[in-house]
Amino acid sequence: MSIDRATVAKIASLARIKMTDEELDRMAPELSGILDWVEQLGEVDTSQVEPMTAVIPNTLRLRADEVDADPKTGGNRRDDILANAPVAEHGFFGVPKVIE
Amino acid sequence: MTDFTALGVKDIRDGVAGGSFTAREVAESFNAAVEAAASLNAFIVTTPDHALAAADAVDATRAAGKDLGAMAGVPIGMKDLFCTNGVQTTAASHILEGFTPQYESTVSQNLWDAGAGMLGKLNLDQFAMGSSNETSYFGNVSSPWRKEGSNAAMSPGGSSGGSSTAVAARIAPAATGTDTGGSIRQPAAFTGICGIKPTYGRCSRWGVVAFASSLDQAGPMARSVEDCAIMLEAMAGFDPKDSTSLQMDVPNWEAALSADLKGKKVGIPREYRMDGTDEEILKSWEQGKAWLRDAGAEIVDISLPHTKYALPAYYIIAPAEASSNLARYDGVRYGLRDLPEGAGLQDMYAATREEGFGDEVKRRVLIGTYVLSAGFYDAYYNQAQKVRALVARDFENAWAECDLVLAPTTPTASFPLGDKSDDPLAMYLNDVFAVPASLAGLPAMSVPAMLNADGLPLGLQLVGKAFDEQGVLNAGLAIQQRAGFDAKPEKWW
Repeated sequence: MSIDRATVAKIASLARIKMTDEELDRMAPELSGILDWVEQLGEVDTSQVEPMTAVIPNTLRLRADEVDADPKTGGNRRDDILANAPVAEHGFFGVPKVIE
Repeated sequence: MTDFTALGVKDIRDGVAGGSFTAREVAESFNAAVEAAASLNAFIVTTPDHALAAADAVDATRAAGKDLGAMAGVPIGMKDLFCTNGVQTTAASHILEGFTPQYESTVSQNLWDAGAGMLGKLNLDQFAMGSSNETSYFGNVSSPWRKEGSNAAMSPGGSSGGSSTAVAARIAPAATGTDTGGSIRQPAAFTGICGIKPTYGRCSRWGVVAFASSLDQAGPMARSVEDCAIMLEAMAGFDPKDSTSLQMDVPNWEAALSADLKGKKVGIPREYRMDGTDEEILKSWEQGKAWLRDAGAEIVDISLPHTKYALPAYYIIAPAEASSNLARYDGVRYGLRDLPEGAGLQDMYAATREEGFGDEVKRRVLIGTYVLSAGFYDAYYNQAQKVRALVARDFENAWAECDLVLAPTTPTASFPLGDKSDDPLAMYLNDVFAVPASLAGLPAMSVPAMLNADGLPLGLQLVGKAFDEQGVLNAGLAIQQRAGFDAKPEKWW
């Protein structure tokens, strides 16, 4: 088994997903099974290969360095952006207190 | 009321344009069929008013003697992964339940601009993660198909399982799908319909809930190759809002359709002959070769040596991208917030994500987090990206010998719901034939070939060179004409 319960607990904490003991017990063997299976990739000789970065060759487009240079990608949509926030106050997202 | 639900995209469009019937009659007919098919659970929400409003607009445009769009009068199902302005968009997750986008995805906007209307938002595997439509927070989708002599609920495939069910059950003439590692092709094969994933970048990803951004592509699902060509043309196109969008004109795929394959070479990859592949699937593959030969193509044996490694590479790359993409669901900006009494910000994140994500989503986020973590990045993620390059190179080499690849879409026909849900790895194997084309970003299509001994549909897959959707569609048409697949599920819902 490639990863144990403690490792799953650590990854879950990194991924910000709370997990119960029962879930950790269930996930550890499942994740191990998947990771053991993907380890077959180690058989492939990739010493002469660069990792893929773009599946279809494409270049990143640039836009003029000004606000709302292209209205299609422009801003000024604060109210739309806040419309689905669980808590929005004074034009901002509301979060629990983070500074004492 | 005349029943129009037997009609597909082309017939509806031409009938409305020619004045044989109105778009409103068609929309009413499909709205009624959707309402009567609630037991399939294909839709998360229905939007009959949207379909009617779009239909009325088309009828008014026609009455005014103005030009009609390419999808004018066609009511479609919209996979609930596309953001729709003012209509709840959930990705079949609890974490996005109630999320009402303030904007429209480019692909759905393109379809509305072409005169299509929306019957509703279609169910799917949660965040498009699944191959059986059993991971939705809103319940499983039942395929309209059943094994002969059995009442067991069958899987419509996934993740576009609501789409495949709606089209196969004739409650929508067509639907949008998205394909990350087979999510259009596998459900199309399971339900006896057509579905095409275009070249990566053809359809804008803007406004589509992201799963694995380097793989996600939208595409149409419909009952004929012609209908897929028409709808893909309406969906595709350059979009400045998607940085990976292809800056290329959309060809007129419908007009150039031709089932004459003279001069074309079709490659049969020997590595796709895998252990565990169903005998009847292999038989359908043989039949597919004969059909394409009959259409004038030359069949050649080819090798795609890294096929075996495509699926494990996919199950590193896709979860890695998912773990990053899904970091945005934090209970702050949209969707669910779970704030336990006295909890701080970090606890709120963790509680929200525990409550809001289903098991398969958690599994993939955790795998992704692990393979990207310090100390494992090179061994897992970088190695997978190198293998991905080799899988793509295999296809590049194959194009020296052939123009297209023919393969089965899936290793088996559909299976009963619940059969594989306890075994993630067995479920992943469903996409073993679909994933290589996804990793290489190539256009690929599934077309129905025949029914197996249980009376369930089997699909054949065509993979083409980058940007050669036309070649894929044409070969699909050649198979369609020869297969004469007109079986439909017996109505039980």
